[in-house]
Amino acid sequence: MNAANSFLTEYGFWVLTIIKIGLLLFIVLTVNAYLTWFERKVVALMQSRVGPHRVGPHGLLQPAADGLKFLFKEDVMPAGVDKFVYLLAPFLALTLSLASLSVIPFGPKPLPFSFFGHQIDLWITNPDIGLLVLFAITALGVYGVALAGWASNSKYPLLGGLRSSAQMVSYELAMTMSVVGVLLMANSFSLTDIIRQQDSSKYGILSWNIFGIHYFPQIVGFLCFFIAAIAETNRVPFDLPEAESELVAGFHTEYSSFKFAMFFIAEYTSMITVSALCAILFFGGWNSPVPATPFWNFTHYLPSLILIPFGLWVIYDGIKYETIFGRIILPGLGTAIAAIGVALIVFPAANEYIQGPFWLLSKIFFFLFFYVWARGTLPRFRYDQLMNIGWKLLLPVSIANVIITAGFVLFRSTR
Amino acid sequence: MSAPLIVFFVLATLAVIGALSLILQKHPIHSALSLIVVMVALAGLYLLMGAESVAAVQIIVYGGAIMVLFVFVIMLLNATEEEHTDFSKLAKFGGLPLALALTGLLAAAMIHSGGAVPNTTSPDALANTSNLSTMLFSTFVYPFELTSFLILVAIMGALVLAQREKT
Repeated sequence: MNAANSFLTEYGFWVLTIIKIGLLLFIVLTVNAYLTWFERKVVALMQSRVGPHRVGPHGLLQPAADGLKFLFKEDVMPAGVDKFVYLLAPFLALTLSLASLSVIPFGPKPLPFSFFGHQIDLWITNPDIGLLVLFAITALGVYGVALAGWASNSKYPLLGGLRSSAQMVSYELAMTMSVVGVLLMANSFSLTDIIRQQDSSKYGILSWNIFGIHYFPQIVGFLCFFIAAIAETNRVPFDLPEAESELVAGFHTEYSSFKFAMFFIAEYTSMITVSALCAILFFGGWNSPVPATPFWNFTHYLPSLILIPFGLWVIYDGIKYETIFGRIILPGLGTAIAAIGVALIVFPAANEYIQGPFWLLSKIFFFLFFYVWARGTLPRFRYDQLMNIGWKLLLPVSIANVIITAGFVLFRSTR
Repeated sequence: MSAPLIVFFVLATLAVIGALSLILQKHPIHSALSLIVVMVALAGLYLLMGAESVAAVQIIVYGGAIMVLFVFVIMLLNATEEEHTDFSKLAKFGGLPLALALTGLLAAAMIHSGGAVPNTTSPDALANTSNLSTMLFSTFVYPFELTSFLILVAIMGALVLAQREKT
């Protein structure tokens, strides 16, 4: 016991990091699975359909069924593929997209207790060059798609891979340029520094970078960043690499079973990363939209105000659900949600602690919804339109944004 | 052996294996992939020296932008395994002695300097981005501007060539 204790005191940092990585992976993969459910439900609502509803109450077990299906399907290796590269591509795509989550900070304060003398922060790592690390990972992310298209030894995937590498290279420029304004204002590459610079305790929502009361509003930068980021993640309306009406399924046509699932998970994970980046860079990260004055104190109960009615509604909905299974599961779920809401009111310290994560996660959720919204609304771009938007619109506009912001920052710092 | 030294040897081995595989692979895509391994291993070595931003830029520019372009062109041309002409077979015989001679020269230079290659700058000059940029725009401003001018000329050259093909 004593030996284990001293081991953990000395190497606790490594143990803690491994535990945190495991926990984050578990959470993100679960969220990914339910993101597919969420996406199908929302798109179904937009198209006046029901969406998945057979497996479990409201189709809530559909992700599990999908996962099992991917695991048990036959793993086909097409003839004439380049075996090493063919197997490498999905691994690259998944590893890189999961790795990018490691630098995302989820909350301002470390947990109130420590792990054998080691402080538990709400991030895996917080390097000084956090944003550069993210861009480096994104830059490598192209290979997953490009190599998958090439290694499949088939025409449609090759076209998809070519399209995607051209698209990602073009939009990476605009994406990088569009955040330079934010970097100039924060004077740092560290994501926590960028969030702290947008501290909203005085001016509330106006101090977020998108309104930028301290320097210059980054709304143009945000629009450029978000459009370019959607293109980087190959989502509608920029999903030309996998345009199903032209290219069957694009770069992952020849991938079956779990290798296909790996591409799928990679795509959804990058959606989460991009949403988190939007929230952190432009929407104040974990800062709440209201100033820290007594008048606005009631917003601290917002998590409870959302959780309790939602939990009660789930209970009400579950009691009259058509299957017995649903009549047990849904009220149970609702009770748990409502109980968390009540607990937050009972324990003010816990409520205070989750304010930061609550705001960050709500912003991330909003952008994830936006992704789905765009998918349900917008048609796909034509290839020449895509290139025109990237090079002739986003890039010049974001460069202009950099120049103007630099002027404002210079003006502010000399005054 | 200390931890940084172990990491150094892992990364250095990776870089050397990548470089060897770059030459020995028959298929251009495999060669390009090996080159990416070399680039990423080098970025790791920079990180080991405490040059964080240089490491990140190494991956973004070399590992990302430039190598993507390589892979893209190889895919676009649908290049297959390389064929050997008589001349390239000749290079096999001439190349080996030349490579050995170069290795010998480098080794001799290192032994001559007594294994103690002096640090040109203090290590923390490269540690953070603001120090790096201060250095770029003060001490090394002329080389920096000249390099960017050179790149600008190259870009304009590429544009001119592309335009001529169009008409």
